[in-house]
Amino acid sequence: MHLTQGTFSYLPPLTDEEIRAQVQYALDRGWSVAIEYTDDPHPRNVYWSLWGLPMFDVTDAAAVMMELEQCRKANPNLYIRISAYDRSKGRQTTALSFIVNRPAHEPGFHLERTDFADRQIRYTVRSYAANRPIGMRYRDDG
Amino acid sequence: MLVTNGTKKDQRSRWASGVIPYKDMGYWRPDYEPKQTDVICAFRVTPQEGVEPEEAAAAVAGESSTATWTVVWTDRLTTYENYQGKAFRVDPVPGTPGQYIAYIAYDLDLFEEGSIPNLASSIIGNVFGFKALKALRLEDMRIPAPYVKTFQGPAHGIVMEREMLNKFGRPLLGATVKPKLGLSARNYGRVVYEALRGGLDFVKDDENTNSQPFMRWRDRYLFCMEAVNKAIAETGEIKGHYLNVTAATMEEIYERAEFAKELGSVIIMIDLTAGFSAIQSMARWARRNGVLLHLHRAGHSTFTRQKNHGVSFRVLAKWCRLMGVDHLHAGTIVGKLEGDPNNVSGYYDTLRLDRVEPDPSRGLYFEQDWVSMPGVMPVASGGIHAAQTHLLLHYLGEDTVLQFGGGTIGHPMGIAAGATANRVAVEAMVQARNEGRDIFHEGPEILERAARWCKPLRQALDLWRDVTFDFQPTDTPDVVATPVF
Repeated sequence: MHLTQGTFSYLPPLTDEEIRAQVQYALDRGWSVAIEYTDDPHPRNVYWSLWGLPMFDVTDAAAVMMELEQCRKANPNLYIRISAYDRSKGRQTTALSFIVNRPAHEPGFHLERTDFADRQIRYTVRSYAANRPIGMRYRDDG
Repeated sequence: MLVTNGTKKDQRSRWASGVIPYKDMGYWRPDYEPKQTDVICAFRVTPQEGVEPEEAAAAVAGESSTATWTVVWTDRLTTYENYQGKAFRVDPVPGTPGQYIAYIAYDLDLFEEGSIPNLASSIIGNVFGFKALKALRLEDMRIPAPYVKTFQGPAHGIVMEREMLNKFGRPLLGATVKPKLGLSARNYGRVVYEALRGGLDFVKDDENTNSQPFMRWRDRYLFCMEAVNKAIAETGEIKGHYLNVTAATMEEIYERAEFAKELGSVIIMIDLTAGFSAIQSMARWARRNGVLLHLHRAGHSTFTRQKNHGVSFRVLAKWCRLMGVDHLHAGTIVGKLEGDPNNVSGYYDTLRLDRVEPDPSRGLYFEQDWVSMPGVMPVASGGIHAAQTHLLLHYLGEDTVLQFGGGTIGHPMGIAAGATANRVAVEAMVQARNEGRDIFHEGPEILERAARWCKPLRQALDLWRDVTFDFQPTDTPDVVATPVF
């Protein structure tokens, strides 16, 4: 499967030049940019691991790209996303968030149905990868 | 004097029994300075022949506040100066003889806290049928901050909706199931599943999808939630279907909403035809239960469309934000339904911004301070398709739901392909805009480039590229801008 979270998941994978352009767009609007990674892409897992702190005082996308390079080196086969945060009054939320790295193989999710009364079904979505312990997910042998 | 068609009888005391002009009863106050706490309305007034505009304005002020057609001594038991609506200004509409914009201030004491039914009954309750006027239209309403604060406002609002859905930086995508009538529950769910797995964020019941013989509501809910959850598992994204809970009674509306919540739906919808009280009730329910509330403005064009009579949609948009819906259909500019570009842009600002400045070129007569009330997500729906993506993003921005119904379900490669075409078009356009491209002019080229690698988009462009709905709008701002208060 192909995880389609994020602003640009239906486009071909962004090149570094394209990533840099999006990051610069965010920085130019005064948004702080953070790099996050995860081995648990459940749609409701909002707290991916932060790669350092959000970069509050950065104005040049080059600095973000260097950090991204480091994060990719450390987590080459995990999901990595870039999120831009808008602190302005009335927003104070994420303004842009897109995946910039993904595992070579994405096993996807199992939909578990539990029968309930009156033809109702309770649904649970489970990531196949997350069946394995943290640290063992998205490894070549799995 | 109105009853005798403009010819006054002898000057008499304000309190003599009988009929005297509204002007002379205190409803025309050209010297009045509106208070910060007043509700101020702008009415487009078309008086009958022989009725002078000031008297017409005073009559509107009177009939929408304390007055009746004759003098009543019981007024003298009240601080009537406080409760009288005060027409304080009348401007002729440039270029349209016989029409005037009348500005009327109402003391906040006239209105019940947090009640749109009360506000509406006060301002538009009786006066629109008044014989002395040929036509009357409520153009805009300044809601003072203290009154805004008595309303709940959107159950969740734009920011919370995005955080709940985990979707940022682009317009959301939806579609209304078609045909809207006749599908069985099982076939209906198929459309929902295909559209969501193909890339849409939402699918939607239509306004009259309630509980008919061919598909009862409970069956529809069950099949739709199977479709929603299956699409979530296939994409790893949160998805939703607006389950329409509109029904004949509040008891039934609550029953349907509770069931939707039990099934795990992130969103429900209600129709404008359910009435203001039902909408306010459901906004409270939606806040309490963590479910988004979509409002379909069914029926609004019966009173919002004609420029000389009725209630402008910008007033209805304000009422909807106060009532507390999370989504409201607000026009597309380029689609099949009425919507002048300048007016629609004014509606979008009214729904989304925290503070809206007056701008006559967009029909905004007053400043409006929302004092941090969350914004409503405007929904663009009706005859829009992927080939217009650049125009939609240019005009409407990214905090909106773009609903391509026919533009998804009518795709020659199938519903999922139609959804993919729309999603690719939107993402490619946002990417290009962020890269600094001039999407308004380069949009078609940007779409063409994406269509080289995306076959569903290729087909969508080939099929719909030349489809436009280019008719003159009925409701437009005045050609020469009306002076703004």
